[in-house]
Amino acid sequence: MLVQFYNVSKIYANGVKALDDISIKIDGGEFVFLMGPSGAGKSTMIKMLYREEIPSRGQIFVASRSLVRMKKKEIPALRRNIGVVFQDFKLLENKTVYENVSFAMEVVGANHREIKSRVIEVIKMVGLHGKEKSLPGELSGGEQQRVGIARALTNRPLLLIADEPTGNLDMNTAQEIMELLFDINRKGTTVIMATHAWELVKAARKRVITLESGKIDSDINPGEFTLCK
Amino acid sequence: MQIRNAVYFFREACKSIARNHLLSIATVSTITICILILGMSVLITLNTSTFLDSLESDVEIMAYLDQDLDNAGVKDVQEKLESLAGIETITFVSREQALKDMQETLGKKDYDLESTLGKNPLPDSFEIKATDSHDVPDLAVKIEKIYGIYKVNYGKGIVEQLFSTARWVRVVSLVFIFLLALGAIFLIATTIRLAIFARRKEIYLMKLIGSTDWFIRWPFFIEGIGLGSLGSLLSIIILAAAYGSLLSRVDTILFMPLVSGTNVLINLYLSLFAAGAVLGIIGTGISINRFLDV
Repeated sequence: MLVQFYNVSKIYANGVKALDDISIKIDGGEFVFLMGPSGAGKSTMIKMLYREEIPSRGQIFVASRSLVRMKKKEIPALRRNIGVVFQDFKLLENKTVYENVSFAMEVVGANHREIKSRVIEVIKMVGLHGKEKSLPGELSGGEQQRVGIARALTNRPLLLIADEPTGNLDMNTAQEIMELLFDINRKGTTVIMATHAWELVKAARKRVITLESGKIDSDINPGEFTLCK
Repeated sequence: MQIRNAVYFFREACKSIARNHLLSIATVSTITICILILGMSVLITLNTSTFLDSLESDVEIMAYLDQDLDNAGVKDVQEKLESLAGIETITFVSREQALKDMQETLGKKDYDLESTLGKNPLPDSFEIKATDSHDVPDLAVKIEKIYGIYKVNYGKGIVEQLFSTARWVRVVSLVFIFLLALGAIFLIATTIRLAIFARRKEIYLMKLIGSTDWFIRWPFFIEGIGLGSLGSLLSIIILAAAYGSLLSRVDTILFMPLVSGTNVLINLYLSLFAAGAVLGIIGTGISINRFLDV
């Protein structure tokens, strides 16, 4: 079991109830879609996984470690095992592709030789070989998201979290990004992806957890998939 | 801190200064102006304080002896004075010497004081210097009680006023410098916050990737120290040139002698340099923490 939510609720300071008694389990190696309309609680769940938010009630475990009881100084170690991909890519505009990816290893104190070989490896993996010296502004949206994915992968995370990674991309590019994420999942990394794109989810035939007003509306496994929608 | 990390921190600090050069120039200028104002205030305070110190240390007690006291009596008074605590020097001034001094002061050439007066009306006296001039009023009371002394003079009233004015000037100057330093910290912190704000996305990413807070802070602190030191260096150059040029033209301003000791000035400039670096650190410290709460 890689991720467990036990009766998790989240009420923000302004009184908004983002999550209401959520319980789920995600095994290592799974690919899980998190679906639901805006405001359903997807982003809150995602942020809880890398402990940007903590629950108001309930428990969350990642790799058997309680995120609720986790001390502040233990957070960096957790985050080194989690890669995050964003809808708006969050690339550093003044750094090249290579620097954007190597940045993720530099800031955790990796050594120079290790950084060089790993960065070249992940840039190849996401299909950006030859574009190492380009700046984000010179790349297409799909290519920028590949850089984001490469950055998330450099530290060999156990868990890859993608928050609407195809939200800013056209359908063809989105499918390419999905293929890349499936490929990463096939190599053993657990992937949790929040999305609105039902077309992509339907084609993927993976587990789908749907949220509605902070509650789990449905949790469908690949085998049961054809029965729904 | 590992050497590998230290190299990274320095490289990042330098890159950040170059990348955000407009903000870096703004920070350095702010620090230069703050330290310049601070340095000018310290120089004015230093000069005033030195002047007040010299005025205070000039305060002496004159103890006039009874006219009919014989040599043994004078010696007796001297011994009693020497036994008092808090006295630095005691100088005996004979009535002849006192008249001579008065003659000198009034101008020997114009008229002969001794023949004008007919006889020497002045008494023997002791010039007494206290170890701490602030003890003079108390000491004067004790001295007045010694047998053989008929009058003690130390400028009663004026001296107390001088001391209280000096204390007031010192307190006001220190409060002023303190407020200036606070203002400088606030200004510098605001400028550095702007520089950090420009990199908030980078900091957020570093936090999400699993960077520790200190790993993120170090380059900013190095940048803060660098910009702070550069700013203070510029202000010291301006201040030293201006004060040096003033010293080469005049020795005093409104009877106040100017402080010109090389050691004093070097210490002042070194302190200002350190103040710049410290202000850079404090400014960064105040500004960065709010961006680390991710």
